[in-house]
Amino acid sequence: MKYIDEYRDPEKIKSILKEIETEVTRPWVIMEICGGQTHSIIKNGIDQLLPKNIELVHGPGCPVCVTPLELIDQALQIAARPDVIFTSFGDMLRVPGSNKDLFKVKSEGGDVRIVYSPLESLKIARENPDKEVVFFAVGFETTAPGNAMAVYQAAREHLKNFTELVSHVLVPPAIKALLSSPKNRVQGYLAAGHVCAVMGWSEYEPIAEQYKVPVVPTGFEPMDILSGILSVIRQLEKGEYKVDNQYARAVSKNGNEAAQKIINEVYEICDRKWRGIGVIPASGMCLKEKYADYDAGKKFGVSNIETHEPEVCISGIILQGLKKPIDCPAFGKACTPQHPLGATMVSSEGACAAYYRYQRFKTNI
Amino acid sequence: MKNGTMENDDFALSCPTPILNYDTIQLAHGAGGRLSAELIEKVFLPCFENEILLKLEDQAQLEKPNGRIAFTTDSFVVSPIFFPGGNIGDLAVNGTVNDICMSGAIPLYLSVGFIIEEGFEVSELCRIVDSMGKAAKTAGVRIVTGDTKVVNRGSCDKIFINTSGIGVIPNDINLGAGYIKPGDKVILSGTIADHGMSVMTARDGLSFESRINSDTAGLNYLVRDMFKVSKKIHAMRDPTRGGVAAILNEFARSSNTGIRLFEETIPVSDEVKGACELLGLDPLYVANEGKLIAITASEDAGKIVEKMQCNDLGKKACIIGEVTDENAGKVTLRNIYGIERILDMPIGEQLPRIC
Repeated sequence: MKYIDEYRDPEKIKSILKEIETEVTRPWVIMEICGGQTHSIIKNGIDQLLPKNIELVHGPGCPVCVTPLELIDQALQIAARPDVIFTSFGDMLRVPGSNKDLFKVKSEGGDVRIVYSPLESLKIARENPDKEVVFFAVGFETTAPGNAMAVYQAAREHLKNFTELVSHVLVPPAIKALLSSPKNRVQGYLAAGHVCAVMGWSEYEPIAEQYKVPVVPTGFEPMDILSGILSVIRQLEKGEYKVDNQYARAVSKNGNEAAQKIINEVYEICDRKWRGIGVIPASGMCLKEKYADYDAGKKFGVSNIETHEPEVCISGIILQGLKKPIDCPAFGKACTPQHPLGATMVSSEGACAAYYRYQRFKTNI
Repeated sequence: MKNGTMENDDFALSCPTPILNYDTIQLAHGAGGRLSAELIEKVFLPCFENEILLKLEDQAQLEKPNGRIAFTTDSFVVSPIFFPGGNIGDLAVNGTVNDICMSGAIPLYLSVGFIIEEGFEVSELCRIVDSMGKAAKTAGVRIVTGDTKVVNRGSCDKIFINTSGIGVIPNDINLGAGYIKPGDKVILSGTIADHGMSVMTARDGLSFESRINSDTAGLNYLVRDMFKVSKKIHAMRDPTRGGVAAILNEFARSSNTGIRLFEETIPVSDEVKGACELLGLDPLYVANEGKLIAITASEDAGKIVEKMQCNDLGKKACIIGEVTDENAGKVTLRNIYGIERILDMPIGEQLPRIC
């Protein structure tokens, strides 16, 4: 199949692995930022194909995982209201809040619907003028343009019954936060390809420069990921640190300017709490004051919810690349995809969920 | 045959759309009175016609077959009710035919129960019943008893169908997960995930340029062909909900063996692969309605596959894996790079991912 098979070809994979083996002389720690990359690495066994002295650690780029528990609880409260149709991307429905998930709310009578696009929620709002339609606007820069467009359209149409519960997060501040930590072990980054497709790769140049770390925008197929790793290794071995775009079929220097324009029209930068990590300054996006009428949190008054994460969970340490899922005493025992205790087990793209799903037999669980 | 022209092409109803007093289903159509009788007489009987049903007793009276009986039931609540390649009607017949014949049984009789939402279009019911009649004829089974209930608007989603079925198992056939043993081969009858992706891409909110047809089909003649060349078939199941991954996990658990699949051998059409990539779904977890998985003795696997390939429903049959004594109770998948990973039991329905 075109655009897929050529990036999975075993012969090409073999030859690029050989190149990596030739280049690498010392141990290196590389982080893939995006949960989609983590999923692809573990599913395809790329971590097992690499030379032993290359360690891949799994970054915080899974929007489902890092959405704070407070926000999930807010979503559950809003979704349970009889006057609300609550719409969301599918994988948020199984994410547990403090004591239930959106599927449970649905079974209790809440009108919770899976949509494939926020514009579908807008359509539902037009068709149900007597209901409040709320969209759970979660994600990185990747989903932001569509989510922003839904608000922009709603405002143009003067739709009064559409709002978003916004929990957008941004990649560059998270990388900076990780690199600023005294415990940081990561020496090179695979940047998230689809985030870069929207934002371009130029915003990573100051990071590469300031922290002297290679940043390589990378795709999601095995070939993409290995090309990304090869570029990081080559730079590390030579002591170089630059942004080297390895996902040129989707990413340009300046990204998708129309998409950025709509994001900037509707959202503004704010501090944001990341599940498992904590508050990172200027790491999120929220609705601008002029679109405050479209803020579900304000409309339904659900902003002050306090939550407590289980103490045994080490997802924060995993998201910083300091430990692996199998280092956690709860992994596969108290904590499973059916009963996740923390961020990295809640979504299939979370590092713990990926290990549980694909590599569990190595740990005898 | 009377009242119908089963010889007609696929695009025509075999049973002409009857003229009823109403063009939508009323509560009275399920109340046992005159409207119920009209529905039976004008819609069901012409399409299901057989002498057992025609007696219109409260029960079907059947001759005792010679052999063990396979008995099964299944309920169908699919949405949308019409999808490329089929509808809820032929699905309901084929699903139960397949559940029967996975024991090696020859399917004989079906019952059908309809729960219909008030206001449902009679013309749509006719299309559904017509496809049920055609599917039953193709599989050589008779629909010998039935029931219809009509519920208030909102109490069900358009139409739900339950079918139960009876088949007879030939004396020399004994199938079950308990017969699976290390060394056996895993045979798949064709491409996977066609039905699930057909339904998913036919739902509101998704528009795909290419049409994916459901694979809904009765597999009883394919099964018959397989037994013609070998009696060393140890277990069979049709990978419906939860897909190939779910039923192989069931096999591995109940036989306490390991099952190893080889990724590159598993056939997936390009359309299905593309739709799955877009939605972030794994075809191994997506439903099929006209495929079977057989676990057979290694020495007979080759000739069984060859025979299957001669049947239209088994053209792409192939060996996709083997039963091992490693990783007991688990299914693993060896990918094209030689790396082995777990193929887990699904938790629930797969959910499209955010990005």
